[in-house]
Amino acid sequence: MFTLKKLLTASAVSASLSIGLSAAVQAQSLGTPINESQLQGFDLIAQPNGSGYPQGSGTAMQGKAIFERRCVACHGMTGEGTSANTRLVGGDMQSEERPIRTVGSYWPHASTLFDYVQRAMPADAPKSLTSDEVYQVIAYVLHLNGIIEDSLVLNKETLMQVEMPNKDGFIDSSQAL
Amino acid sequence: MTKQELEKVAANGLINRRHLLGLGLAGMGTAASTSLLGADAGLNLEIPGWSKQPGANASGYGSRSRFTDDMQRMSGNPNPLYPGGGASRSPLHQLQGSITPNSLHFERHHAGIPDIDPAQHKLVIHGLVRQPLVFNYEDLLRYPMVSKIYFLECSGNSGSLFGPNPADGSAQSLHGLVSGAEWTGIPLSTLLDEAGVDPEARWINAVGADAASMGRSIPLNRAMDDVMLALFQNGEPVRPGQGYPMRLFVPGCEGNISVKWLTQIKLTREPTHFRDETSKYTDTRLDRKSQQFTFPMGTKSVITAPSGQMKLERQGIYQVTGIAWSGRGSIRQVEVSADGGRTWADAMIDSHQSEKALARFRIPWQWSGGDAVLQSRATDSQGNVQPTRTSLVTEKGNISTYHFHGIQSWAVNTAGDVANVYA
Repeated sequence: MFTLKKLLTASAVSASLSIGLSAAVQAQSLGTPINESQLQGFDLIAQPNGSGYPQGSGTAMQGKAIFERRCVACHGMTGEGTSANTRLVGGDMQSEERPIRTVGSYWPHASTLFDYVQRAMPADAPKSLTSDEVYQVIAYVLHLNGIIEDSLVLNKETLMQVEMPNKDGFIDSSQAL
Repeated sequence: MTKQELEKVAANGLINRRHLLGLGLAGMGTAASTSLLGADAGLNLEIPGWSKQPGANASGYGSRSRFTDDMQRMSGNPNPLYPGGGASRSPLHQLQGSITPNSLHFERHHAGIPDIDPAQHKLVIHGLVRQPLVFNYEDLLRYPMVSKIYFLECSGNSGSLFGPNPADGSAQSLHGLVSGAEWTGIPLSTLLDEAGVDPEARWINAVGADAASMGRSIPLNRAMDDVMLALFQNGEPVRPGQGYPMRLFVPGCEGNISVKWLTQIKLTREPTHFRDETSKYTDTRLDRKSQQFTFPMGTKSVITAPSGQMKLERQGIYQVTGIAWSGRGSIRQVEVSADGGRTWADAMIDSHQSEKALARFRIPWQWSGGDAVLQSRATDSQGNVQPTRTSLVTEKGNISTYHFHGIQSWAVNTAGDVANVYA
């Protein structure tokens, strides 16, 4: 603000004032530099291209116990849910008149399952699962949907290769006006 | 006094909006005209008690009249096992003008409202940038800011109107997930420029500091345009329910992408495909393809009074009023019908119109005790016209229930009851 006051007294014409203001705007740089390595425990973003996954692994067989301990209150014993919003399995986008949209029938990327469970689940204690437990529990949800075998070891490499049934079901409308 | 001639501009009682401009309405309605004929002997006015003793002292923080305590948001949590999920809806039927008080602005949370100490809060900008940066709250307050009036609407607002039968609802319960406010903040481009955008970056991925760490992906070209880091709402710091100490604000777009409690912006080549842009907030079409990243909210209006669950107690002149908005521009015209869309008349729109903001409209209407169906139809500055409910549902189907912006119909019956109908 001190700089601005000096500019105001120094410039008599509005043209030079506006030049002075834009110079002051450009000089505003108050962000503190940080390295990506300092964000490893902070950045939870996991993308379909394989970026952002932690080390770790798990199988559906291992995930069953976690699921039955931490997830069934909302999602049911086998992912059938306690409401349309909490149902995780079943549905068919093509054959049903009003398709039931679940992880199995609707979600286009397996990465979303990892990303969401890691950041937001279980709802009463988000971020309480270890990376191994996240791999295990999402392996179980994928297995409940018949998408992977219960013995498949899910990790950052194998997760990228999981093909979701509705992977071609979406249209990017982000540039529509 | 000569009784003024009312200029009827559409069927079933709609009166020229010019009558709002100083022509006066005294003597026009049945009830009003009888009052001119003779004084009511029971009305002997006296000085009231509150004029005879000093009132309350000034206070550090204001509160509303205790006689308006019934003005409340309608809130509910759909699933007690999912703490903090849910929404609260603005009492549109009780509000006027185009700015929603912060205490009545709608809210939608996905994991509750975090209690954030601004001194501990960080905003990180990283990924495909020249220099990753972390900002603290005090420093952000020193940046040049802008103030803009914008509406904010949840993508799921009015979603029940996709249903096969009209719900018995009010303007609040059916349409209360929209509000208007003045937002003050830093153009996001200022902060992205400071970090130095890598030419390969195409998306920003914005994440909140709530328990769900809710995230959304937004195209970089939009993020560099009119998106702001909002720090103030209607002049005061953004409230916790709106993202204190800071939120993203993406004008005209579905509310969910204006990520609250913003703590992370990561620039990437591809979107993350967060849960709230794949499983939720996507629009499945009749051909079973689903549209993703459907950001702008449609051209829309709703009559807020008279509206659902109200009762017209007597015949006479009513001020039909409501709000209109468009995610693609400003509101150019609002038409009102009292006969279910057969005839239309132009409503008065308040003159201070701005882009992507609520517009208040009004038109006088004489109810003569018969059946009526009140509708409003908005047109925006791009020429987009609000569609009928039937054409919207026919085009979009109802597999998804987001982005409803069809015409609302309020039926008035001979008893004066107002109800949501499909007409």
